[in-house]
Amino acid sequence: MSVIALMGALEIGLIFALVALGVLISFRILNFPDLTADGSFPLGGAVAATLIAGGHDPYSACAFAMLAGAAAGWTTAWLNVRLNILQLLASILVMIALYSINLRIMGAPNIPLIGEATVFSALIGDDFDRAMTVQPAVLAAIIVLAKLGLDAFFASQAGLAMRATGANPRMARAQGISTDRMVLCGMALSNALIALGGALYVQTQGGADISMGIGTIVVGLAAVIIGETLIPSRKLWVITLATVLGALLYRILIALALNADFIGLAAQDLNLITALLVGFALVLPLIKAKFKRLSGGLAK
Amino acid sequence: MMRADNLQKTFNPGTPVENHVLRGMSLTIETGQFVTVIGSNGAGKSTLLNAISGDIQPDSGRLFIDQQDVTRMGAWQRAKLVARVFQDPMAGTCEGLSIEENLALAWQRGEKRGLGLAVKKAQRELFRDKLATLKLGLENRLSDRMGLLSGGQRQAISLLMASLRPSRILLLDEHTAALDPKTAAFVLELTDQIVRDNKLTALMVTHSMRQALDHGDRTVMLHQGQVVLDVSGETRRQMQVADLLSMFEKTRGEVIDDDALLLG
Repeated sequence: MSVIALMGALEIGLIFALVALGVLISFRILNFPDLTADGSFPLGGAVAATLIAGGHDPYSACAFAMLAGAAAGWTTAWLNVRLNILQLLASILVMIALYSINLRIMGAPNIPLIGEATVFSALIGDDFDRAMTVQPAVLAAIIVLAKLGLDAFFASQAGLAMRATGANPRMARAQGISTDRMVLCGMALSNALIALGGALYVQTQGGADISMGIGTIVVGLAAVIIGETLIPSRKLWVITLATVLGALLYRILIALALNADFIGLAAQDLNLITALLVGFALVLPLIKAKFKRLSGGLAK
Repeated sequence: MMRADNLQKTFNPGTPVENHVLRGMSLTIETGQFVTVIGSNGAGKSTLLNAISGDIQPDSGRLFIDQQDVTRMGAWQRAKLVARVFQDPMAGTCEGLSIEENLALAWQRGEKRGLGLAVKKAQRELFRDKLATLKLGLENRLSDRMGLLSGGQRQAISLLMASLRPSRILLLDEHTAALDPKTAAFVLELTDQIVRDNKLTALMVTHSMRQALDHGDRTVMLHQGQVVLDVSGETRRQMQVADLLSMFEKTRGEVIDDDALLLG
């Protein structure tokens, strides 16, 4: 695999680490199966691309993208806690609604951002060759901040209350925690991170496209599952670290598979590889246990 | 002081499985009183407890804690007033969280939760001291996961959690039913001690008439969603399980056929 391909994989892996952290909050911490990601990721991209193309600065564009994502997550949670719509169904409703909303925001199926100022522009300067290293570096810094920020939050009183909400809602209420409010806030936080991922994605890929959200949730879940399979832990800071590493590893494995000419895989095989990878990650604990039993038996 | 006033509750109204559980349930518990509640299955014991805690809303009737009308408040809104220990040891704690994190959740029962660190050093010391009083050696396992503990250990911690913060009433919902007899005895003793030391107002549901008479200072019996028997003071001190039984049969004009009430 070439250096360019590796850096590209790293770059997208870092962006999807944000998505994976968002998915971690909804699926694992709140225990809320949320498919909003497929809509909130392109929503973040649509908002950021539209604002940047309209001449706004890229930093506030990212902030507005996060706000939009938070609103999307809030809506999904609201449909669930206030209107009692099943979690999965609530998120699907918001996801398909967002497809139309994203088209409305963008005004066209795609918005090119070639030559526009992005959050990376200041560091890249006039030397476009530097983009290859600057972009992953900036993204890595953002991921580290997001990871540490989440770690700090989940060690706080409010963060602990959110974890209790997902783990045992009845007990949480008995301790005076408004589980409804926690789900609303947690889902907003989750989708804000995913939308930030979308906003950064369009800035690295040179534009937004209406179909960019397809499969986001699967990739996010893949990262979470790979992470928790390879580094199983109950400590939250380890779990967030494992999630970030899972996202990076996932993209690198994908890049390896696509770049290994002898296998004969091409870009259109991406989803197939994803399914195989996630399936493998899911059965890995089983294989591990079997292997342990076997080797334990031999030792005796 | 807790006062339930003519509570009515019907589950699944208008369906073939309609169940009129609370039928004008009225009960007043004075501050500092420890009331034990008995009754056969379906008498409304758990429903009464869930109505007091706010887990369910009565169809009609009023519920006061001190002078405050809490009838329409959700469980989380009245958590400052109500502490509880569940029947299922898994229900009262978060098994995925550590012992100290569970205690930290209870330490803030009914309080506003901000962005401050959940488990500070001072609290860790306090939790350690409190855990030491249980004499289970748990004071050295603060960062252990709750899920690693036995049912008895978890109920003991649940009791501790319920008493970390002051409450106007402590609800105990057959909290020893899922434990083996020896552990149950330990948890009951601990219950007495915690209620006494903290001068708590408490309501304990139990399946055993023996327990109902041996603990607390007043016993009420529920039947078909109402209080049918209410004894305290000297009458109660003189009472045996057999007396309780015959009083029940006299009141209702029927013979008890619930083994669970007779045994234990």
